[in-house]
Amino acid sequence: MEPLTWTGNLGSVLNPALAISAALCAIVLVVQTVLRLSSAPVTLQANPDGTLQARGGVLGTLEVTMAYLFWAVVAVLFAYIIVPLVMPYGSAGILGEITRRLTPVWIALVVTFVVSIRFKRRLGLYGKLFDSTVGMIGFALVMFWVYVAAFVGLFDMIVTHDYLRQVSGLKNALPGVVAPDGTEGAIPHYLLGGDNLARDIFSRVMVGSVFVIAIAPLATIFAFMVGITLGLPAGYYGGRFDTALSFAANLILAFPVILLFYLLVTPEIVQTGIPSYMAAFLFAFPLIFISVLINTRYYTQPAKRTAILAPVLVVLGWLYLSAINESGTVIDFLPAWMDLFDITVLVVFVSVVFVNAPTVFRIVRGLTLDLRTRDYVAAAQTRGEGAWYIMLWEILPNARGPLIVDFCLRIGYTTILLGTLGFFGLGLSSESPDWGTTINEGRKLLLIFIHPALPPAMALLSLVLGLNLLADGLREESLKD
Amino acid sequence: MGLFILRRIGIMILTALCLTFIVFWLTNLFPNLEKLAKTQGNFRMSDEAVLTYLGNNGYLQPLPVKYGQWLGVLPGYVIEGSDGQIRARCASGNEDIADAPTFCGILQGNWGYSTVFREDAGSIIATRLGLTGKLMFWVMLLMVPGALIIGVLAGMNEGSRTDRSLSTVSILSTATPEYVSGVVFISVFATATFGMQWFKGTATAAMDDANFENFFLPVLTIALYGMGYIARMTRASMTEVMTAQYIRTARLKGVAFSQIVLRHALRNALIAPFTVIMLQFPFLLNGVVIVETLFNYKGFGWTLVQAASNNDIELLLGVSIVSVFVVLTTQLISDIGYVFLNPRIRIA
Repeated sequence: MEPLTWTGNLGSVLNPALAISAALCAIVLVVQTVLRLSSAPVTLQANPDGTLQARGGVLGTLEVTMAYLFWAVVAVLFAYIIVPLVMPYGSAGILGEITRRLTPVWIALVVTFVVSIRFKRRLGLYGKLFDSTVGMIGFALVMFWVYVAAFVGLFDMIVTHDYLRQVSGLKNALPGVVAPDGTEGAIPHYLLGGDNLARDIFSRVMVGSVFVIAIAPLATIFAFMVGITLGLPAGYYGGRFDTALSFAANLILAFPVILLFYLLVTPEIVQTGIPSYMAAFLFAFPLIFISVLINTRYYTQPAKRTAILAPVLVVLGWLYLSAINESGTVIDFLPAWMDLFDITVLVVFVSVVFVNAPTVFRIVRGLTLDLRTRDYVAAAQTRGEGAWYIMLWEILPNARGPLIVDFCLRIGYTTILLGTLGFFGLGLSSESPDWGTTINEGRKLLLIFIHPALPPAMALLSLVLGLNLLADGLREESLKD
Repeated sequence: MGLFILRRIGIMILTALCLTFIVFWLTNLFPNLEKLAKTQGNFRMSDEAVLTYLGNNGYLQPLPVKYGQWLGVLPGYVIEGSDGQIRARCASGNEDIADAPTFCGILQGNWGYSTVFREDAGSIIATRLGLTGKLMFWVMLLMVPGALIIGVLAGMNEGSRTDRSLSTVSILSTATPEYVSGVVFISVFATATFGMQWFKGTATAAMDDANFENFFLPVLTIALYGMGYIARMTRASMTEVMTAQYIRTARLKGVAFSQIVLRHALRNALIAPFTVIMLQFPFLLNGVVIVETLFNYKGFGWTLVQAASNNDIELLLGVSIVSVFVVLTTQLISDIGYVFLNPRIRIA
């Protein structure tokens, strides 16, 4: 068994192809830019039959060439992903083996895109996303990691080795190294090499995605529930209530985030139980939000309201109690059979929600201040609707555009925060495969070995970039109507 | 205007008091004090020994009293310890207890004593802040003009190819946290892997003698994360200005495009970014902590990490005062500056 090279046999054909097409692309781009300086500005000219006239001359030809060259580059890049799927093991190099491991993800992505684009006119805002290139690229990046996390977390696919197993001799081993006999997992190579403790980096990065994909959106949803439940009345009523809450929000925002993390996420503070009390406080907001939401909707039909509200409250209440009840902390009163799950990273989760909630509060409050003067709010007031009905069913739906965009951005920011926590080794065990911790482990020997730190850094970058592009696409599309 | 500033300063002081009290409370929780006692004494101290140590050093007084002493509105403690020695908060070193002043808190200019560095907290903060000031100066020098140029170029022709590519660049830079870009920069420019070993991977030497080679990477790492955000704000404000009536008038009069941008649009477009740049300071503070840790530059952020991870109470309080002061002052400047720059807003 030989160590893998980066691109294997595949590279002998595709690498030159990529280099040539990319170089041509660059040359044409430069020439185009130079020519454009002295050319007339583009004007659209229509032919008699209604089609548009193409721009002629050297510049026009170059533009057409540029389009073809760009697609050539894209095609070569796709070939890197597709061709290895039909090549025998080991002949397509490290990149080829990685794309082969990711086969289920590619299939899921293709299915998602084909179905979504086919039915995009019936899918509302989600469908409109597929009209914007930026939005589609962002969505693809985000869904890539969502599918990776799903396949790794639920079906245990994709990963090649146990992410905690240390194999002697593979400490800081370079990418493509052969694992010794008896230690090979799904494949006999460490695709991205070994880290400082001789664990497989590829598997660690893939497993790390589960942590981020599970925590970041959930924490953001919680932060939104807290921010909305407090921000709506603050903006709607104003007065002392608003002043007090805004002061508290500004107080938290004036803290440097890292100082706050250092104060909240240490074993000593966990011992005092403050995070558990904060969890009990913050986790109550989704409960309040959903019950008020249902109550205001069916207030005029008491029988129906009770029929819906009672089971919802029982289920949510149970989830709430299991979430805040952790054995070995200050809140530990439920019998074991009732405690559905333990959140091992409760402290991290709570502090991330706590840091995000004030910003959401400020956004919701600002939007409410603007929307409460609208005519439909006055109409609802005249009809005699209750204050919470107006806030939740009149104002909130009309504030959804900016909130959805901010939601995407905020998941990205939460991902960055989680990485920061891992980077400082706060709240997570040093064995944890999450990207922040892995970057922190890798940076210690960065000047000697760069391969342990770069893959998790790139993974985090691509996910956050995807979320930002997705938010940008959503903003653009929601502004169109 | 004067009343507005006074009110803002009042709120600022109230916020600072609340924040320091929270930090004080969190650092003075018993498990934290126990850890402090054990790091100061030894790790195998018995529970009684811990209590004796804490009692002798005034840590077991009620929280409001301790906070008042630290603030300097209550007289500092004078405690006769269980070993018969009399310790006073205000007597430093071998000073006689009788000569020591009664009040010695932050209001009297006494920042307290750092238990980690075994030095006066005030002087530590002063030196470290100086080092971080140097870093921030270069960050600002790189970030602000860069961001404004990108934003203006992107915003003056909305939807053009320049706009598309520059917007993508700024999204990319906001999506790259410092600990990612720092790692990437070090890998590419400070190791021999890619054949571009142009810079140093640590900035420790830059504390005394900063030059392009050892200081550029940390500066670039911090600047890049903030740059994208400011550039996007500048772009948004520039596109808004470019659709205004007076720009159309100028265009119809036949004024050259460069003249329109430089003379008519730019000044109005720069009002919004000003506030954004000011409000960016708290985020820069985070960046400073990460980058100083990553590049081993022993400035203010590095001190914060050291103080926080060792529960060095008084140093940590000093650090939080400074950072809260920076955050609140920049907020105040941004509000006042906004009013001065934008003649349409008047605050009575």
